[in-house]
Amino acid sequence: MSSQQVAQEDILGTAARWRDEGKDVALATVIATWGSSPRPVGSQLVADGDGRFEGSVSGGCIEGAVIEEARKVMGSGAPSVLEFGVSNEQAWEVGLACGGTVRVLVEKVE
Amino acid sequence: MQRTILDRLNGDRAADRAVALVTALTNGAQALVYADGAAAGDALPGAVADEARAALRADKSQQVEVGGETWFVHVHNPPARMVIVGAVHITQALAGMAEAAGYSVIVCDPRRAFADAARFPAIEVSTEWPDDALNRLVPDHRTAVVTLTHDPKIDDPALEVAVRAPVFYIGALGSRRTHGKRLERLREKGFSDDELGRIHAPIGLAIGARSPAEIAVSIMAEVTQVRRQPPGGNAT
Repeated sequence: MSSQQVAQEDILGTAARWRDEGKDVALATVIATWGSSPRPVGSQLVADGDGRFEGSVSGGCIEGAVIEEARKVMGSGAPSVLEFGVSNEQAWEVGLACGGTVRVLVEKVE
Repeated sequence: MQRTILDRLNGDRAADRAVALVTALTNGAQALVYADGAAAGDALPGAVADEARAALRADKSQQVEVGGETWFVHVHNPPARMVIVGAVHITQALAGMAEAAGYSVIVCDPRRAFADAARFPAIEVSTEWPDDALNRLVPDHRTAVVTLTHDPKIDDPALEVAVRAPVFYIGALGSRRTHGKRLERLREKGFSDDELGRIHAPIGLAIGARSPAEIAVSIMAEVTQVRRQPPGGNAT
């Protein structure tokens, strides 16, 4: 592995390591964006059953909701696709303050 | 994601092997697709594998729709490279910035006093002549070449290779006057105006940079701009 990949957050490496520790692990990946969004397609977050997480799929606006979904996916084993947009901003829901829309795939690491 | 897929993907990344991870959004079925046509994992429709190979070439992760189903193609290409010629003070700042921005950095300087690994912790340093180093590295469309020595003996051979390679960025340190003389030398050697016009000089965005670190910021900003906002729109 190049020094660059070590220096940067290695989300997929962390996923493997946490599985090796026997934890439930889920991966969240930005699979599409529309308009202004803080993290590009391909950005990832890894979460485990103990509440640890690394990486990001937004500027911090939707990570809470994504991690909650990750816990459900760890239980069910079925992948899910979440969509967050600015329309949620008015309600007591999560949304992107930047005005973009982002689609996130959440999957369990078996 | 099956553990076998994750381990194979991490192995490919460690080996700097380009690979696309394809996921069916409906059921989570997954496969790895390689540029040479090889694949591993769940069976994929041929059209999806074709899309995955196209995404690898374009270096662009994206959703694709095939036969009414949506797939996500996640491209894992090796890091873009920055070859910095001249292990000088600016390089000490620039190398770290480029690594933080996701580049694999190679510093090249045949002067051993400069190319001291202790001055560049965790950075690959080569004492080859820059033309030899570049010919060995086979600079491609995901490579940037930056020359910082001010010394024509060292910078020119690097530029001579770079302007005839498909690199996305070439920048050379030096004032307009220095660059004018450089262009004269290279023209005399038979390089065309089109080739020489690819060199960004004076290097870096004009932000009034003074210190080595500030100049490194201006260079990193220019490299980023050329990569992410190219005139033709083919960002890598």
